[in-house]
Amino acid sequence: MSLTTSTKFAQPLPLNTTSSRSKEHKLLFDPFRTNSFLGSTHKLRFNSLSKSNQTNLHRRSAIVAVSDVVKEKKSKPSTNLLITKEEGLELYEDMVLGRAFEDMCAQMYYRGKMFGFVHLYNGQEAVSTGFIKLLKQEDSVASTYRDHVHSLSKGVSARAVMSELFGKATGCCRGQGGSMHMFSKEHNVLGGFAFIGEGIPVATGAAFSSKYRREVLKEADCDHVTVAFFGDGTCNNGQFFECLNMAALWKLPIVFVVENNLWAIGMSHVRATSDPEIWKKGPAFGMPGVHVDGMDVLKVREVAKEAIGRARRGEGPTLVECETYRFRGHSLADPDELRDPAEKAHYAARDPITALKRYMIDNNLVTEQELKTIEKKIDEVVEDAVEFADESPHPPRSQLLENVFADPKGFGIGPDGRYRCEDPKFTQGTAHV
Amino acid sequence: MAASTAKKEVRDNFCRGEIWGIVRQRVGSYNLMQSLQRIRPLVVNSSKCYSHAVKQMTVQEALNSALHEEMSADPNVFLMGEEVGQNQGLYKISIGLLKKYGPGRVLDTPITEAGFTGIGVGAAYHGLKPIVEFMTFNFSMQAIDHIINSAAKMNYMSAGQISVPIVFRGPNGAAAGGGAQHSHCFAAWYASCPGLKVLAPYSSEDARGLLKAAIRDPDPVVFLENGLLYEESFPVSEEVLDSNFFLPIGKAKIEREGKDVTITAFSRMVGYALKAAEILEKEGISAEVINLRSIRPLDRATINASVRKTRRLVTVEDGFPQHGVGSEICTSVIEESFHYLDAPVGRITGADVLVPYNAVLERMSLPQVEDIVRAAKRTCNGSVQMASTA
Repeated sequence: MSLTTSTKFAQPLPLNTTSSRSKEHKLLFDPFRTNSFLGSTHKLRFNSLSKSNQTNLHRRSAIVAVSDVVKEKKSKPSTNLLITKEEGLELYEDMVLGRAFEDMCAQMYYRGKMFGFVHLYNGQEAVSTGFIKLLKQEDSVASTYRDHVHSLSKGVSARAVMSELFGKATGCCRGQGGSMHMFSKEHNVLGGFAFIGEGIPVATGAAFSSKYRREVLKEADCDHVTVAFFGDGTCNNGQFFECLNMAALWKLPIVFVVENNLWAIGMSHVRATSDPEIWKKGPAFGMPGVHVDGMDVLKVREVAKEAIGRARRGEGPTLVECETYRFRGHSLADPDELRDPAEKAHYAARDPITALKRYMIDNNLVTEQELKTIEKKIDEVVEDAVEFADESPHPPRSQLLENVFADPKGFGIGPDGRYRCEDPKFTQGTAHV
Repeated sequence: MAASTAKKEVRDNFCRGEIWGIVRQRVGSYNLMQSLQRIRPLVVNSSKCYSHAVKQMTVQEALNSALHEEMSADPNVFLMGEEVGQNQGLYKISIGLLKKYGPGRVLDTPITEAGFTGIGVGAAYHGLKPIVEFMTFNFSMQAIDHIINSAAKMNYMSAGQISVPIVFRGPNGAAAGGGAQHSHCFAAWYASCPGLKVLAPYSSEDARGLLKAAIRDPDPVVFLENGLLYEESFPVSEEVLDSNFFLPIGKAKIEREGKDVTITAFSRMVGYALKAAEILEKEGISAEVINLRSIRPLDRATINASVRKTRRLVTVEDGFPQHGVGSEICTSVIEESFHYLDAPVGRITGADVLVPYNAVLERMSLPQVEDIVRAAKRTCNGSVQMASTA
């Protein structure tokens, strides 16, 4: 099965240039052929170019499609591999964890252990793994309600996430958040928001705080990056554009990652959007816009390296559109009747985990046995998480009134009868209202 | 006048030596000493008495001084909003801040309430202390998603991991001739949400003390100022001008003591209530005026104690009547002090219409002093006539 392999950086053109982009470079991605957007049959090859310093040219990077390498193994010698064995195993393990975890969530939901709104990430693992595995612990991630796998990739333990989904007191948010509100201060997972578009300004604020620390508080080594994940539906929301503007205006260290899975519940992206090519919206605000195949973790990773590197160096934001697909419905309650089975089959054949597996095996990075070991290990991790969550206690009734405020008594009287401001630890509020 | 009686008490207390440690950090206005007997006063062996020359300060100056002091005390505090930097604030609240603290800490934002409020919230998640200014709180409706969903609910949803030390401030409520979209009072809406603290200062002392407390508070605070009060001047004591002066959040102030009827009010209506109390005094009715200061958490203890003393209640606000602040106060009093009431509780609110532009109609749609007087007299006479809305 051949794939689109279009990737490019589109930089905003300075006003005084007279060269037109289309004359100098073959247009890799023809916006007038909408078929190609949904997965064309064209196979495109790239030559690696040295990076140009001019900002008004297309840049093509040396990204090779995973499947292309597999198919043309015989006809062409394989190019330099994109990952080492350790990196490959790490990526594989992370994606398998995401997949196994989500499948277990579905099982648990249908058995009644999980309730409410649960949105699964099957099929999109390449995006989460591709980006988050390049981040440090101090970097932040903000997401939407489809946040289980982002949390897992960022380092929140499977046990904590599963307990949270079961609503138990040992969950990462003590059962108070739920599926859609995964937060972790330790791993800088900023959520978990039910409203689409809500996470984008919050992520922009987190990026702002990194810049503030560096410039105003003079913490010179603070180069924390924030990555905001959101979907295609969000890209029509006002907050998205407001934040593209301000992030570019203030050159904030943020990467905006669009997980374009073509469907917002039952609303197809092309029905809802005047110009379905989201990457184009980046240059309109003065930042590079990139489109990448989101079913291929290696390509995503290459683009992510560039985008995160830009942010860390202080060059400002990037908008990355990942073409991806969710294998399941919008949520576990979604009957998923509107999507064409042929489309689903097309993307199921491009399963990111299978693709990475084939790449690694065909390039002799790993053996089948090693991958099977990983899969078995992950199965055990997920089983253990379920067991842990099952055995964990429900929150006590007294927890109902806790955590409404960080400092519930207000800036007022402390428990010992003295004014809080006289207590040197006064900003550490009590947990009890 | 309430201020002069209070001033006398301060002078007496100071010279008696029963004062809070003035050399150390101190909280509270002098009136708190009466209502909080369980606080051990720090007796200081000093013969120092503050000078009683009382300074006049406008609310605008009070807010500006509070911002200056808090920004210099903590480098994590920064201000963002429309026109706050180069234009020094549309209502001149942020005069001098850009010059002193630079554009890194005083940010002029584009006209993107949802975006910049969210940015403030995201920065607060990481421990910075933003002050987000809305040109008027009406514009906060474009940002209410972030005020409620990502700020107010955050500490709860994350089970205490991530707190949001942010302040949302700006003018709220009636503005002369502002029309319907610029005159909406949001106290009731924000105060109904757990996780937010909602403050409504009246005088300069309130403005200074509450804003400083709000900036230091680790929770999201909605700080409802009033555009018509900015230029009003109030006497402030030396204590208020001290850079460690804070007012506690969640405590109301009894502006004027009385024994016949309790009138609760907040923000601009406190002034009206005080004027009404003077008129009532001449007619033999002694009204106790409570300045709520804090809408959430509401100081139910003070209100109920006062009603148990006076046995009658009139609540005053200039917002809309249905589901307003007055409804909550009346219900609280009925639930907790029903048997102490000698007359039905009364609410004075804005009319149940949007605020019109025409000056006469606008005056009719907002509470006036005579409405408060009439309501107080009605409760005192035990009459059960229906309250006309304004």
